[in-house]
Amino acid sequence: MTELTSLTIAEARAKLSAKEITSVELTDAYIAAIEAANETINAYVDVTPEQAREMARASDARIAAGKAGPLEGIPLGIKDLFATEGVHTQACSHILDGFKPRYESTVTRNLWNDGAVMLGKLNMDEFAMGSSNESSYYGPVKNPWRAKGSNLDLVPGGSSGGSAAAVAAHLCAGATATDTGGSIRQPAAFTGTVGIKPTYGRCSRFGIVAFASSLDQAGPIARDVRDAAILLKSMASVDPKDTTSVDLPVPDYAASIGQSIKGMKIGIPKEYRVEGMPEEIEALWQQGIAWLKDAGAEIVDISLPHTQYALPAYYIVAPAEASSNLARYDGVRYGLRVDGKDIVDMYEKTRAAGFGREVKRRIMIGTYVLSAGYYDAYYLRAQKVRTLIKRDFELAFQAGVDAILTPATPSSAFGIADEDLAADPVKMYLNDIFTVTVNMAGLPGIAVPGGLDHKGLPLGLQLIGKPFEEETLFKTAHVIEQAAGRFTPAKWW
Amino acid sequence: MSVDLATVKRVARLARIAVSEEEAERMTGELNGILGFVEQLSEVNVDGVEPMTSVTPMRMKTREDIVMDGDKAADVVANAPNSDRDFFLVPKVVE
Amino acid sequence: MSIVDVRTPDPKRFIPGATGDWEVIIGMEVHAQVLSNSKLFSAASTEFGNAPNANVSLVDAAMPGMLPVINEECVRQAVRTGLGLKAKINHRSIFDRKNYFYPDLPQGYQISQYKDPIVGEGKIIISVGPDRQGQFEDVEIGIERLHLEQDAGKSMHDQHPSMSYVDLNRSGVALMEIVSKPDLRSSDEAKAYLTKLRSILRYLGTCDGNMDEGSMRADVNVSVRRPGEPFGTRCEIKNVNSIRFVGQAIEYEARRQIAIIEDGGVIDQETRLFDPNKGETRSMRSKEDAHDYRYFPDPDLLPLEFDDDFVEALKADLPELPDDKKERFVRDLGLSVYDASVLVSEKAIADYFEAVAEGRDGKIAANWVINDLLGALNKAGKTIEETPVSPAQLGGIIDLIKDGTISGKIAKDLFEILWNEGGDPAELVESRGMKQVTDTGAIEKAVDEIIAANPDQVEKAKAKPSLAGWFVGQVMKATGGKANPQAVQALVKSKLGIEE
Ligand SMILES: [Mg+2]
Ligand SMILES: [Zn+2]
Repeated sequence: MTELTSLTIAEARAKLSAKEITSVELTDAYIAAIEAANETINAYVDVTPEQAREMARASDARIAAGKAGPLEGIPLGIKDLFATEGVHTQACSHILDGFKPRYESTVTRNLWNDGAVMLGKLNMDEFAMGSSNESSYYGPVKNPWRAKGSNLDLVPGGSSGGSAAAVAAHLCAGATATDTGGSIRQPAAFTGTVGIKPTYGRCSRFGIVAFASSLDQAGPIARDVRDAAILLKSMASVDPKDTTSVDLPVPDYAASIGQSIKGMKIGIPKEYRVEGMPEEIEALWQQGIAWLKDAGAEIVDISLPHTQYALPAYYIVAPAEASSNLARYDGVRYGLRVDGKDIVDMYEKTRAAGFGREVKRRIMIGTYVLSAGYYDAYYLRAQKVRTLIKRDFELAFQAGVDAILTPATPSSAFGIADEDLAADPVKMYLNDIFTVTVNMAGLPGIAVPGGLDHKGLPLGLQLIGKPFEEETLFKTAHVIEQAAGRFTPAKWW
Repeated sequence: MSVDLATVKRVARLARIAVSEEEAERMTGELNGILGFVEQLSEVNVDGVEPMTSVTPMRMKTREDIVMDGDKAADVVANAPNSDRDFFLVPKVVE
Repeated sequence: MSIVDVRTPDPKRFIPGATGDWEVIIGMEVHAQVLSNSKLFSAASTEFGNAPNANVSLVDAAMPGMLPVINEECVRQAVRTGLGLKAKINHRSIFDRKNYFYPDLPQGYQISQYKDPIVGEGKIIISVGPDRQGQFEDVEIGIERLHLEQDAGKSMHDQHPSMSYVDLNRSGVALMEIVSKPDLRSSDEAKAYLTKLRSILRYLGTCDGNMDEGSMRADVNVSVRRPGEPFGTRCEIKNVNSIRFVGQAIEYEARRQIAIIEDGGVIDQETRLFDPNKGETRSMRSKEDAHDYRYFPDPDLLPLEFDDDFVEALKADLPELPDDKKERFVRDLGLSVYDASVLVSEKAIADYFEAVAEGRDGKIAANWVINDLLGALNKAGKTIEETPVSPAQLGGIIDLIKDGTISGKIAKDLFEILWNEGGDPAELVESRGMKQVTDTGAIEKAVDEIIAANPDQVEKAKAKPSLAGWFVGQVMKATGGKANPQAVQALVKSKLGIEE
């Protein structure tokens, strides 16, 4: 059984179509793995075995009938941020208690249309706000990775911590995730998995619980680059229900894997060499540069001068949008209601009880920066800085750079309930320092494992591409993957 | 810029989140930490820079004026904490 | 907002107070529901009066993850209205979120346009009067802007002792908020403004103007000042839902403010409600709960952009508006300005008139429509849409007069019959023997009889020819009004030997 769960999507697909295995067998293997592991890892907040088996049976029937879709019979985990009809959809927040939507997100509908099987809903930071998965109402997720000789529990990163952990621990073949400031790439880097945040507008946001609308993008977390390409192809679409979805056909991303990167220009931004960055991260970066050079790419130094302002600007824009997006959680139409003596009291008590600390903090910041007299100084200025950040990238691309290589995170996974980080929210925010620029500029970014640090924990490299040139990222990331190898945690759970 | 306790309470009220005295005090510290962090944006010269309105340059999609939705009151109130005959019920609102 | 006083204080409009004259300054924000099938950002119906939450999509109910997609017809309607208001059309406008909590506002924000509306400055010409001399005065009222926004749902407070019932059917319906400049100076002007605005919207077909169903509501900003002095502090009277109430609210509010100031008090800037039962305004919200709407561009929506061709195509398709129609009626049909104004005041009346006037004398048609039809409708409390007499029927009457089949007097009787019973005018005239008698023999007989019976009157009339009219009247009476008046006149004169 364990053998089945170690198959990549591409491998499983081949075995399914060769009728060597059935989707029901594969699905059962995953359900068994989840049952054994989830109490420890806590990657799933809701498992849907009945539905999974039913979908798997339908897949097997379609395979038998020669009508298999691109993801036929592949069992996936879905981040709790995606609306799944009739199934737990609570953004891992207390305020959405009991919420079961009567609708399906476009991304998950695309997956089911392509034949995928849903195993359940994955843990995450509440409303996708966090970098450690510790803000979940359902408790933290444990990283399947542990430092050598240590049994200290580590975070899987966040906010897509459940997605990353489930993929790394082989509790699903692949997972959906979302990324507002790094929430796909940072957990991917922390768990030795591959995660891509596509260009803003590539995946429909319809049916995804909104955090910060101008930054949110869905993407996959997968075992390897090819699987990520296969999943993104199915997740992405042009959606008339999302005004910001872009009218461009979705390419066959997997076709770019294995293509040469000879002659490609890879930019190395000097501003990502931040103060206090561990030597190991610097070494990883240099290793990445060497691999790409070996593969025939040209390495060029570039400057993205507004990089350091991306994170502070993000911590204005994202909370501002969130403060408004989360206003609908008021106890009137769905979710938690705490009764009060009048309507205002009901609102205040419901929202006080329903939101966790980090979410409240961000709603407060967002409300403050939008309030009368502060809008220009904060929000408007941050949106102008955003224009400058985007312009930095545009200039680099205009100068002939095809992709940009950076580290994915400033460190490897840290411990759960790290006191240092808990005491200072800003310190936690610094986790996204390398990833957040990409969201601010709406660009695609992929995190791919580059190696292990001295503790034996995975480290990731990030590639940033031009808008809608995800193919460039897949083929370049594949080169790194070929050189670095793939990383699987030793099972301890 | 920094916030004081009174401002935090005013903002909490604006955001409709009940806060205890203790929470408000803790939040004051946290918010000031974050505001201190974002303060560095004031260094940036943004003269003549357009604020970003959309990251992807594109024209907004529109919809034809056709009725294709509605008639699903049961779905609309399905998750409501309190409803009656397809209405949502809330504590009485007085003007 | 540039607040410039463009009006010269006019003593005719002053309100006398205990300590001298006052001038009232009025600005209006009208919320006009866009005529469209579906909502501004969802595909649910805008139909009025459906079952609770029947016209609600998951977008309107603000379910998690739902996104707005704009209805292109609402955009066209806003541009059409802007063109009808001779206003600047902004080729790029932005939708903002206006954030506040209210149970009938499911998203926790209203999508509206704040800094960059779709339509900028424009104007409306209103006609105020008649004054004691029967004169009308044209006044230009500035339009500050028009923007698109979502309507809210409805809460009902009378269903339960401790709960309010929320219905989101109206939630997300498109509204145009049309903001005037503070150019109005009397309740009559304000009423004329609303009437004219409603008429323009109806001509354009962009709003049905039905105030009973809430398709048009006015927020009225009222302040008072000594004539010529700077503007005073204003109060906003929210959601007044009839033109008559707007007049009453302004009258009350102006006097309330004058009384406060004359008593040495000051006006608090506040929001007030008009109570139609008491004819009073009262304070609605305390300042303690002052709003901070935290406007910012809606990140779910891109800027709304269109090009010149889009606007030009709409312009080319624009119907004739009341002012242009009035001008044409005066110029081409020879109507008086007054008559033309009456006829264009409502599109339905103008349409009726044009149907009657088609192929007929415009002035005669105008007289019949204004004096007879509108008179009768007014008396019966009916609107033009409810008229029992169709344009074809009224046109038939006019034709029968013209070809001499009936007299003008009989025509009035015929109108009466058509109003009460309906039918075909020509057939009715035939079947009820209403035809004019042109047979001189019969008329002569009647004339002879009257002359023979009234020798005294004959003598008087011979001395004073103007008295011949008495004989004409008697003959008409004797023939039941059916004699041709011209023939009677001629016969009477010749029998009495009066020179023409
Ligand atoms: Mg208003
Ligand atoms: Zn409004």
